[in-house]
Amino acid sequence: MSETVGIVIVSHSRDIAKGTADMVRQMVGNEVKVAFCGGNADGGLGTDVPRIVDAIETAWSPKGVAVLVDLGGAETNSEMAVEMLPVERRGRVVVCNAPIVEGAVMAATEAAGGSPLDKVQAAAEELAAG
Amino acid sequence: MTKNRSVSDDGVAPNPVNAEGVVKGSVQLVHAVGMHARPAVKLAKLAKRFQCQIAMRVAGGVGWVDAKSLTSVMATRAARDSIIEFEASGADAAAAVAALVTLIAQDFPDSGG
Repeated sequence: MSETVGIVIVSHSRDIAKGTADMVRQMVGNEVKVAFCGGNADGGLGTDVPRIVDAIETAWSPKGVAVLVDLGGAETNSEMAVEMLPVERRGRVVVCNAPIVEGAVMAATEAAGGSPLDKVQAAAEELAAG
Repeated sequence: MTKNRSVSDDGVAPNPVNAEGVVKGSVQLVHAVGMHARPAVKLAKLAKRFQCQIAMRVAGGVGWVDAKSLTSVMATRAARDSIIEFEASGADAAAAVAALVTLIAQDFPDSGG
């Protein structure tokens, strides 16, 4: 199966989100879909639920999407974004409890091998557990 | 454990399959800064392409780790010039060990994804 779990990066800062996505693409490669969003509608720091929804749609894969977040609001807004997805997709998106940069690289590396969503999440969260 | 881990001049020493069907291999890590993030990603990604179980360690080190786990591979913190050992078991173990040894011996080339 060629489909891989998609990765979404949600930071309060667009620069951090973009830089993290760049790191994933350069280190892991292009076989994993990576989408990112950061900053609020005014261009300041923050996270924005509709933008997170868009990013999840961009990275969507039938195998699911793993979301990596930075600080508190990014996590709660990401969870709200998941709630706004069509019901059949909600169960296939997870917000990982992991550091955003390291977690994104770990998750993408696991995803590149074709692993299912639970294994991708576990790879990202291995860091937090360790 | 067999003891035939001598390393040849090119730094590569693939070892034969032993009685339990475990394929062993070892190779010198020539990468300038050791097993840092990018080499570790390449190694774990390559390992995941194979069905067999693959363990690796730094020669002389205590713990074998799962070569398919990026976190574990990074955690080895293998230094430049250290010898990396692999042990794989499963249908494609020989191919896996050969590929991983080649990856390291060739200093993690970018080709091949």
